[in-house]
Amino acid sequence: MLDVLIFATLNGLVTGLLLFMLASGLTLIFSMMGVLNFAHASFYMLGAYFAYSLSLYFGFWTGLIFAPLIVGVLGALVERYGLRRVHQAGHVAELVFTFGLAFLIEEAVQFFWGRDTKSYQSPDVLNFALFTLFGQEFSAYRGFMIAISVGIFIGLYYVLTRSRVGIIIQAAITHPNTVANLGHNVPLIFMGVFGVGTALAGVAGVIAGPVLTTFPGMATVLGSIVFVIVVIGGLGSLAGAFIASLLIGLLQSFAIASDVGMEDLLDLFGISFPYDHALADLWGLTLPQVAPILPFLLLVLVLIFRPTGLMGKREE
Amino acid sequence: MTVPNITRMHETNMTSTRRFSLHTFLLVALFGLSGVAAAQDPIKIAFIDPLSGSFASIGNSGLKQVQFAAEYFYNSKGGVLGGRKLEIVPLDNKQSPTDTQIQFRRAVSEDIRIIFQGNSSAVANTLNATISRHNRRNPGQEVLQINYSAVDPILTEEECSFWHFRFDAHAIMKLNTLTDYIAMNPDIKKVYVIGQDYSFGHVVADNSVRLLKEKRPDIEIVGTEFHPIGQVKDFTPYVTKIVSSGADAVITGNYGADMVSLAKSIIDSGLNVPIYTFYAVYDGITATLGEGGKDRIFLVHNETSNPIPTEERKQFLRAFKAENPNFDVTQPRIINALQMVVAAIEKTKSTDPYDIALALEDMRFTNLSGEEMWMRGTDHQIFQSLHISMHTDEGIEFDADNSGYGLRTIFNVPAEETVVPTSCKMDRPRR
Repeated sequence: MLDVLIFATLNGLVTGLLLFMLASGLTLIFSMMGVLNFAHASFYMLGAYFAYSLSLYFGFWTGLIFAPLIVGVLGALVERYGLRRVHQAGHVAELVFTFGLAFLIEEAVQFFWGRDTKSYQSPDVLNFALFTLFGQEFSAYRGFMIAISVGIFIGLYYVLTRSRVGIIIQAAITHPNTVANLGHNVPLIFMGVFGVGTALAGVAGVIAGPVLTTFPGMATVLGSIVFVIVVIGGLGSLAGAFIASLLIGLLQSFAIASDVGMEDLLDLFGISFPYDHALADLWGLTLPQVAPILPFLLLVLVLIFRPTGLMGKREE
Repeated sequence: MTVPNITRMHETNMTSTRRFSLHTFLLVALFGLSGVAAAQDPIKIAFIDPLSGSFASIGNSGLKQVQFAAEYFYNSKGGVLGGRKLEIVPLDNKQSPTDTQIQFRRAVSEDIRIIFQGNSSAVANTLNATISRHNRRNPGQEVLQINYSAVDPILTEEECSFWHFRFDAHAIMKLNTLTDYIAMNPDIKKVYVIGQDYSFGHVVADNSVRLLKEKRPDIEIVGTEFHPIGQVKDFTPYVTKIVSSGADAVITGNYGADMVSLAKSIIDSGLNVPIYTFYAVYDGITATLGEGGKDRIFLVHNETSNPIPTEERKQFLRAFKAENPNFDVTQPRIINALQMVVAAIEKTKSTDPYDIALALEDMRFTNLSGEEMWMRGTDHQIFQSLHISMHTDEGIEFDADNSGYGLRTIFNVPAEETVVPTSCKMDRPRR
């Protein structure tokens, strides 16, 4: 039992931190520009594919450094020449623009890289077991994933709260006009934030690619969950996104690890149903079976009882 | 050749009114023309499978194979029925039953009467019901379902249909072979079954448990797990459970991204147990698993990959590879299906689904591997030898994903031993 507990926590941590890397960029972009970037997970996929191609020629580490840079530059270009123009037409147009962009990127990826799974492998240096507990290995690569994610969180937190750039960004979130009046180039800040946000998604893609497999559906699988995190955490709140990411990572991991179901719940109340009951499928439902739906259930609950999200500030 | 006919007609009609003779002339001319047109018209075959979305890679490689086979065997050699070309019409269903119905309507409106479909038993079941209803309501415009890969037994059992033919061994037949092989290994004491949460995944789980209980009562099933299809980001939490259950073998019916992620997570966790699968090969899976999966990933399937039994099939594979260097012949059963359908068309000299269906019933056909296959008439299920193969890079002549790795066959079950009884009570259309 203890081994399951420990590994469920570790697995939840890895997933949660990975989700945070995506959610942090998304929530930053949202809080600054008011745009929910539907194409965010697509940049994550681009990160994985660029890194895969780079790793074929220059190895994993080159991919780790350059793929997010390429993705970030692409993101900045999208903001400069796409979003900024669409911005004049209002928020709906922006939303539709990013929505279309997500499809465009998915098709482009299939066009250039094909539809099959890519053999994107973790570097040989990290191909060993970090530790073995109760007969289970925890791979060094997963430890590396945790390290990178935590590093990025700390770096991001430091930049946003301690550096001059961070202060300007924070000011631009709430008072863009005042910041512009003080002589700062607000559109440039926006472009920078969009670029950094997408680059973060790119990093997530690079390090997730070898573990979660690199295939054209990877953006779709992760896309919806990232929005759930941003909403649960509170739109625009970095700390909220961090808590929500870990919460959802752990929730899913523990739900899968558990072996309870409706039957056990009903047993508590002393109710039992025959196996040929019309709703037998419902009574036979187990927690692991519904694990992937739990975040969405949580989303609905949060929206009902705390519409601003866990750490959200705005009430509109 | 129509010219003398028309002149004669013209002469005999001299006595009647001129208008009448003109009518006849036009009618004959029209008929003549349409007859000529029909001889040149391509025979259209719809290919309804996922060409986008999570399972796009499987659908696309299937499409490549059926298109190539149509070209290789027929179109490049003058076509079918004395000159008619085969035209494969790809229709994308995103592996969703709803989209399948839309694409089915489209196929019908384009007057396509033969539908190839393979991926997902959920889709095949929907298509089966849709086609049965359509054929009942539209006599004379029936449609034929050629199922090359959906293996839910129900399609040739309770839900069997005169209009449905399956060219792959169904899940119970495959599991029979797989459990025979597992039962031979005395080291296996604890088995874990994990699968996608829909009809096929459940069939695999239920029957693995049942058959293992019959063949090896001492084997303990230490877990059966279902996960949503195409939704799982990371399989590590599932693998954690498998490890802590103490399993020394895993059975799964997963395919596509669900298969490769699961196998990768198992390998990464350091759990060194054999994984018995249905579909852990090709479309990037073999390359991705590579060295980590060597000698521990097993597959049950028809048509061996290594060794290839006949020169004929080797030539076909080489020709395919020459034209599609980035694809493999992942599903030889698609080619078998196409060849048998065309054989039925040639035999009956008809493209009417009813005639084709009658000709396919109890057809015995020798495929590229030199093996005689039997399409059982009572339930429209194909029978041919089944094999267990292993993911390895030793003794591989035809690899997968250009990776050097591929499948080497290690266990064979002859066709007659794969025959299982059926509960099918087919509703045969009256004509």
